[in-house]
Amino acid sequence: MQNRFQATMRRLGLGVAAAAILVSAAAHAADDKLVIVTSFPTDLTDVFKTAFMAKHPSIAVEVLNKSTSSGVKYLIETAQNNQSDIFWASAPDAFEVLKGESLLAKYSREVDGIPSDLNGYPINDPDGRYLGFALSGYGMMWNTRYMDAYSLPVPQEWSDLEKPVYHGHVGISAPSRSGTTHLTIETILQGEGWQDGWQTILAMGGNAKTITERSFGVPDGVNSGSFGIGVVIDFFGFSSKASGFPVDFRYPSVTALVPANIGVVANAPNEAPAQKFVDFLLSPDGQQLLFDAKIMRLPVNKNAYDNAPEGLPNPFDGSIKTEVNFDSDLSEKRYNVVNSLFDVMITYRLDDLRAATQAVQQAEAKLEQSGAANAEAAALIDEARALISALPVSEAEALDPDFNAIFKTKRKSKDVKVEGRQAEIEQEWDTKVIRNYSLAVELANKAAGML
Amino acid sequence: MTSVALRRPARGVSLGPYVVAGLILLFLGAFLVVPVLKVIQVAFQDPGTGGFTLVNFQDFFNSALFRQSFFNSLYVAGVSVVIATVIALPLAYFTSRFNFSGSVIIQTLSFVPLIMPPFIGAVAMQLLFGSNGSVNLLLRDNFGITVPFMDGLNGVIFVQSIHYFPFILINLSASLHNIDRSMEEAAQMLGSSGLRLFRKIVFPLAMPGYIAGASLVFVKVFDDLGTPLLLNVNTMLAPQAYLRISSVGISDPMGYVISTILIIFSVFAMWVSFLGMRGKDYSTTQKGGGGIARRDLRPHEAAACYLVVFLILGIVLAPHLGLLLLSFGTVWSFSVMPDGFTVAHYGTALTSAGTFIKNTLIYAGLAGLIDIVLGTAIAYVVMRTGVVGRKWLDHIAVAALAVPGVVLGIGYLRMFYGIDMPGTGQPLATWWGIIVIALAIRRLPYALRSCTAALQQIAPALEEASENLGASKFRTVRRIVVPLMAGGLVAGFVTSFATAAVELSATIMLVSSENDAPLSYGLYLFMQSAAGRGPGAALGVMAVLIVGLATYLSHRLVEKTRRDRSTPENSGGHR
Repeated sequence: MQNRFQATMRRLGLGVAAAAILVSAAAHAADDKLVIVTSFPTDLTDVFKTAFMAKHPSIAVEVLNKSTSSGVKYLIETAQNNQSDIFWASAPDAFEVLKGESLLAKYSREVDGIPSDLNGYPINDPDGRYLGFALSGYGMMWNTRYMDAYSLPVPQEWSDLEKPVYHGHVGISAPSRSGTTHLTIETILQGEGWQDGWQTILAMGGNAKTITERSFGVPDGVNSGSFGIGVVIDFFGFSSKASGFPVDFRYPSVTALVPANIGVVANAPNEAPAQKFVDFLLSPDGQQLLFDAKIMRLPVNKNAYDNAPEGLPNPFDGSIKTEVNFDSDLSEKRYNVVNSLFDVMITYRLDDLRAATQAVQQAEAKLEQSGAANAEAAALIDEARALISALPVSEAEALDPDFNAIFKTKRKSKDVKVEGRQAEIEQEWDTKVIRNYSLAVELANKAAGML
Repeated sequence: MTSVALRRPARGVSLGPYVVAGLILLFLGAFLVVPVLKVIQVAFQDPGTGGFTLVNFQDFFNSALFRQSFFNSLYVAGVSVVIATVIALPLAYFTSRFNFSGSVIIQTLSFVPLIMPPFIGAVAMQLLFGSNGSVNLLLRDNFGITVPFMDGLNGVIFVQSIHYFPFILINLSASLHNIDRSMEEAAQMLGSSGLRLFRKIVFPLAMPGYIAGASLVFVKVFDDLGTPLLLNVNTMLAPQAYLRISSVGISDPMGYVISTILIIFSVFAMWVSFLGMRGKDYSTTQKGGGGIARRDLRPHEAAACYLVVFLILGIVLAPHLGLLLLSFGTVWSFSVMPDGFTVAHYGTALTSAGTFIKNTLIYAGLAGLIDIVLGTAIAYVVMRTGVVGRKWLDHIAVAALAVPGVVLGIGYLRMFYGIDMPGTGQPLATWWGIIVIALAIRRLPYALRSCTAALQQIAPALEEASENLGASKFRTVRRIVVPLMAGGLVAGFVTSFATAAVELSATIMLVSSENDAPLSYGLYLFMQSAAGRGPGAALGVMAVLIVGLATYLSHRLVEKTRRDRSTPENSGGHR
């Protein structure tokens, strides 16, 4: 209390001094405040806070750091008496949740050099509730010491991670835990199609050492050497390398580029300073700050790339290929089903999935070793592999609005009656998935026994 | 005196106990029951219609995943109690039984595992014991084998046991110190000695402390979230609840259903442990005798004891050694030791540490004090008065163990954000005092168990004597009961204080300004970027040192009062 009082006094003092000097500056509010709720690390927020306060000395910026999910919950629970001005985080879906709760104020800006979309993925919210300020691409990060010790080749493409050589060496987060992971999963699904996409995802999951509980768990594990390869967003890789860890990062030839976002909170107590902050973030000066060695994110403003540091790719000149035209409507329609399906098939049943994957991989290796063609064994292995990627839900069902409604507790109105419950569905899926995985192990072992 | 069921004499109905019980109930109601109910009511809502239903609980029992999670949690909690006992028993016995140089230091050190800073502790554990940690790298290079310390359920048991065994140690030690020496002497005169004496007389007399500790370990492990998450074990109840509550977007009622089941089961487990104690009387009238007789060790005995003690300390303190290395290391990645050493991380950490440390000391200290006051009051009302429904106070307080921090945090925001703080006009939930209360509520069960165990060992006859001599009830509690409970109170304070100092999950929901943030929040800030690992570890080491120092001083205080009390000129009267 004492502290806050002193801080206020100090601020007041500063304000009075400033007012005395700039007699004509009537516009200067003496005690402007700005409260930012963010999931970004202090490495990022400090840079912007310092630069912004240098430009607007009358505004005292208070940064409140919360994980994305607690930040969202915090804003929802405090809406009745809101004290926050800005929400600033990566995951677009977190902003979608806030938008759905009508907790974001409309504030859009046209800035020269910022296009409206990148390969179909809109940079700003079409309804103007939140704005992209930086782009991030997904790729693979690996620990060089780990790769040497286990003699692993450096993976080049997503599909490399399905290879048996990487079994037990991969780390990934879950889409229900990390909005950015969700976008990667969705990109794979849109690029390869529902069935083939899931086959890729499940094959990668079957090689996973662990499914981490938060996005940062993946770079953390690679940095420690707990696992060798992680599927991460680019700046995790760049900044880990910049911090001296023996790690490296690369984009596969097909990846997703997603914007990190900022939005003004509805009923913000300090709306004008909040808008100034957004303007600053999108201005050429603000965009340049993203090149800071501890931040290393890709600006959304094309013009900022003239001063880009060595090695940072420019998504606007094709340095990063994004072959997938991201359809955000499609993503939105099946959002919860994809999250839930990933958890049921991979996160919660990782041991079973890993066992099945390994059995198939071993049977295959044996088949190859034996040299002779064994049609029967090969057929069994194919069958086992098909069982692993057999989905309990079809694409049409995943897109069905009625089916999706089961996964939302918020009903549009009191009269809407939803048939079925998430727990019921998940139990149904779980039963099928467990049966398939154990059957796959059986078939693969049978095939291996023939060789 | 033992195992004789004493019926407490019926006391006249007086208003005093009801007022105290009412105040406690009010506090628990406002800061635990109502906020939590506001959040977990979703568990009783039909997701389709919003009406009241129990169908979600039916779903819980129909789900193979949840059933498996339940049994995994049960298995892990049970085995952890056994292993924690194996670790704690020798430490408690050696330091209480023998004249051991540095008993206080050993007791303090073996308490340190409870103070495991969030996130960074996990990194240190992985770097040491993980499948590519120091130990396994050495094993692989030299012997070509690896040991999966940190994999699956057994990994959880390993980490939980070395993390939570101090609960047993601290409560058991407090109990051993309170044993009437004449009991032991009587047994010795009757020819009992050595292990038999310990098994038949000493350990049973120390039962209240052991049960208090063991039941805490059981329930805590059953409800614990941090360790399974750190090992990425999802098929246990607490992580299932957490993952479902805290994911973005989906609001699956099952998270709240699991929370409800965790709460009910925790209360049930405590009730069972209480049943085990029923009908037995552990109180002794002789106090201040310094506990069981201490004797000097012969050299070879001393050597053996030290070997065991240092072996145990070596294992349980390894994570903190890892933390220390991490804080001084430059880069530590896939190697037995860090690449180089530096003090730079401490410089970085210190730039922001001042406020965090001050806040932590204030918050955790206040929370600890609130806890022992509440704990003593609840224990007294439950065991010494005839207030109707008094057991429920205990049950409600214990339920706090099972409430995930994030649920309590959301509950507080929901309840106190709409209320303005008198004077400042800021929402009440943004006041730092709310963080203190949240910490106090979360750690109350720890202090409560210690207080209950301490009170169980005091004979009501002492209080009756005091009242017969004309002292008021309040004066009796103040002059007789509390001084006799001192050891247990310190044990309670230290456990609450130390664990509150590293609490994060409720804190992170409630922190509304960096100036009001405690150390664990500072740690969280660092642990979000690759560059923050070193400074985070440095901050973690500071947390451990501060809490360790506070613990050491508390132990010294207890030892001193105990020595003062048992000096010959004083030992004539019961104090």
